[in-house]
Amino acid sequence: MAGQKFDRRNFLKIAAASGALAAVSQSALAQGKPLVVGFIYVGARDDFGYNQAHAQAAAVIKKMPGIKVIEEEKVAETVAVQKTMEAMIEQDGASLIFATSFGYFDPHVLKVAAKYPKVFFAHCGGMWTEGKHPKNVGSFFGYIDECQYLSGMIAASVSKTKKGGFIAAKPIPQVLRNINAFTMGAQSVDPAFTTHVIFTGDWSLPVKEAEASNSLVDQGADVLTCHVDGPKVVVETAEKRGVFTTGYHASQAKLAPKGYLTGAEWDWVAPYKTLVEAVKSGKQPPNFLRGGLKEGFVKMSPYGPAVPAKAKTAADTVKAKMVKGEFVIFKGPIKDNKGATVVAAGVSQGQQDPVLEGMNYLVAGVVGSI
Amino acid sequence: MSAAAESLGWLGVPLAVFAGAIRVSTPFMLVSLGECITEKSGRINLGLEGILVMGAMAAYAASLKTGSPWFGLWAAAGVGAAFGLLHGLLCSLKRVNDIAIGIALMLFGTGLAFFLGKSYIQPKAPNLPSIPLGFWTDNPQLANALNVNPLFPAGVLLAFFLHWAFRNTSWGLKVRIVGDSADAALALGYKIIPVRIVATMCGGVLAGLGGAFLSLYYPGSWNEALSSGQGIIAVALVIFARWQPLRCVGAALLFGGAGALGPALQAAGVSSGYHLFNAAPYVLTLLILIASCSPTRSLQGAPGELSLTRS
Repeated sequence: MAGQKFDRRNFLKIAAASGALAAVSQSALAQGKPLVVGFIYVGARDDFGYNQAHAQAAAVIKKMPGIKVIEEEKVAETVAVQKTMEAMIEQDGASLIFATSFGYFDPHVLKVAAKYPKVFFAHCGGMWTEGKHPKNVGSFFGYIDECQYLSGMIAASVSKTKKGGFIAAKPIPQVLRNINAFTMGAQSVDPAFTTHVIFTGDWSLPVKEAEASNSLVDQGADVLTCHVDGPKVVVETAEKRGVFTTGYHASQAKLAPKGYLTGAEWDWVAPYKTLVEAVKSGKQPPNFLRGGLKEGFVKMSPYGPAVPAKAKTAADTVKAKMVKGEFVIFKGPIKDNKGATVVAAGVSQGQQDPVLEGMNYLVAGVVGSI
Repeated sequence: MSAAAESLGWLGVPLAVFAGAIRVSTPFMLVSLGECITEKSGRINLGLEGILVMGAMAAYAASLKTGSPWFGLWAAAGVGAAFGLLHGLLCSLKRVNDIAIGIALMLFGTGLAFFLGKSYIQPKAPNLPSIPLGFWTDNPQLANALNVNPLFPAGVLLAFFLHWAFRNTSWGLKVRIVGDSADAALALGYKIIPVRIVATMCGGVLAGLGGAFLSLYYPGSWNEALSSGQGIIAVALVIFARWQPLRCVGAALLFGGAGALGPALQAAGVSSGYHLFNAAPYVLTLLILIASCSPTRSLQGAPGELSLTRS
């Protein structure tokens, strides 16, 4: 604003703008008013990880006609997110809010949703339950364990030590499901493969993630993967140590040109579009929206140079089955790593099975405890 | 890809603690040595966390723009000196509290670094090289543990130098007398404020370098969660080290090693109770503080002019 004079021209501009604003607010229901969509991220938008995957899809939504996107990043999973949501609704007139971090759901989204029944709250990863949660709240998520299974297959086919390292943030069901799927994918190639898990305790702890990666490599792990917000540190540390990695959230291939095998990536454009279009046309958006490779909610990173052709073919065969919806990862009998049977023989828990979203065990072959 | 390493099993735990002590301790050591200089002159700079984050950001940005991580170090040192100067000048005004300024500087530094650093989260800047001190061993794990960044030996040497200089050089004694008794310094004809400003700038430079270590070596990238409070903990380490540079090194090593314990035990297969192991550095610090404190000599060694000790 420096050097800008408050002259007649500027005065007229401001007067015209405020007049227009008043007109808009008077005819709030007038046609042509853009739908305001708010996106809330827990970390930075370009973290090579979870938040970047969301922000990339938000950028696609931004280009849709009649949509105004507002974003706020680095919003903690505390009362801070309630304030952000209220500000988006009160000040910007948002009528659809994407709360993209797991910890936003209970109690924050539920609390604000009760206060603003006309606004729809789409939460990523939460467990929306009919009757228990309000109608204006919905949850969407992708079955990324399918990709983790495929990553595990590739990991086991290049590993020499038959030992993988998994750096995880917190033992919540989604994380456990990824660890288990990765391990089962690896064991489908080599039953002797074990996954060593380190829980760091929080979503973004770069120094601890680097320490964990180094410790795992020191213990003989030659493939690392992770479930933290920004896999950058893990992938870079692995590359420095000369071991393989499979990525998560977004593609980290650029960070590890030699060791990057493949990765499990989100593709949030499909669920975002479904929800935005539903709200725009005035329909009730789906409260429970899930999808995997078949629906295009998740995708695999292109294979890196170290992946042998045979492993690619094997993984692509399973992937084709997943896309057709014919592949079940959690198919009994499955034992946990304490020896108890968690999925009985003959029981198939398909990806839609809500039981899987409450997972509380690590399968046999995982070294670690919750 | 290098040949797959053999598993170390239990031996991995002491090795990881040893390696972690070297890798993780450097920022703690640099920041606490800097704070040691500042506090010896009678001021507390709580803003080191902000300077550290700002230094990390500046170093990463400079390394990215110039292609040389050494320029990154210079940038971090420059930013640290500028922030130290700001703290030093503001605290030289009448009736200004150094602790309050420090907290303001901490918030300002982190906020500014996050703001300016937005576009540097994604790009990959050249990192600082390491010295392969493990060239003599065939064991890849040990060789990796002995890959030491030059800032670590530099910090250790600096500690020895400061230990000697505080007793044997005229400026060392000057800093101490200004910090211990302003009246005595005045009687000797020393100007108090310039000494304190320079001491705070030195502290800022070292804190900036500590940040550069984080963003340019370990873990080696810029990100808003990069510092997990190293700048704040370093201030506590100075008190813990009773304002002695050599003890600062020991405290930093202890803290770094304890931080590596959690991941190392989990990697070795000891997975129950990892929450407790992850809290090990803090538990350890508390235990040592409790064990070493007594009501009669709790602030033994504290500079007399510190706002902590001045009544």
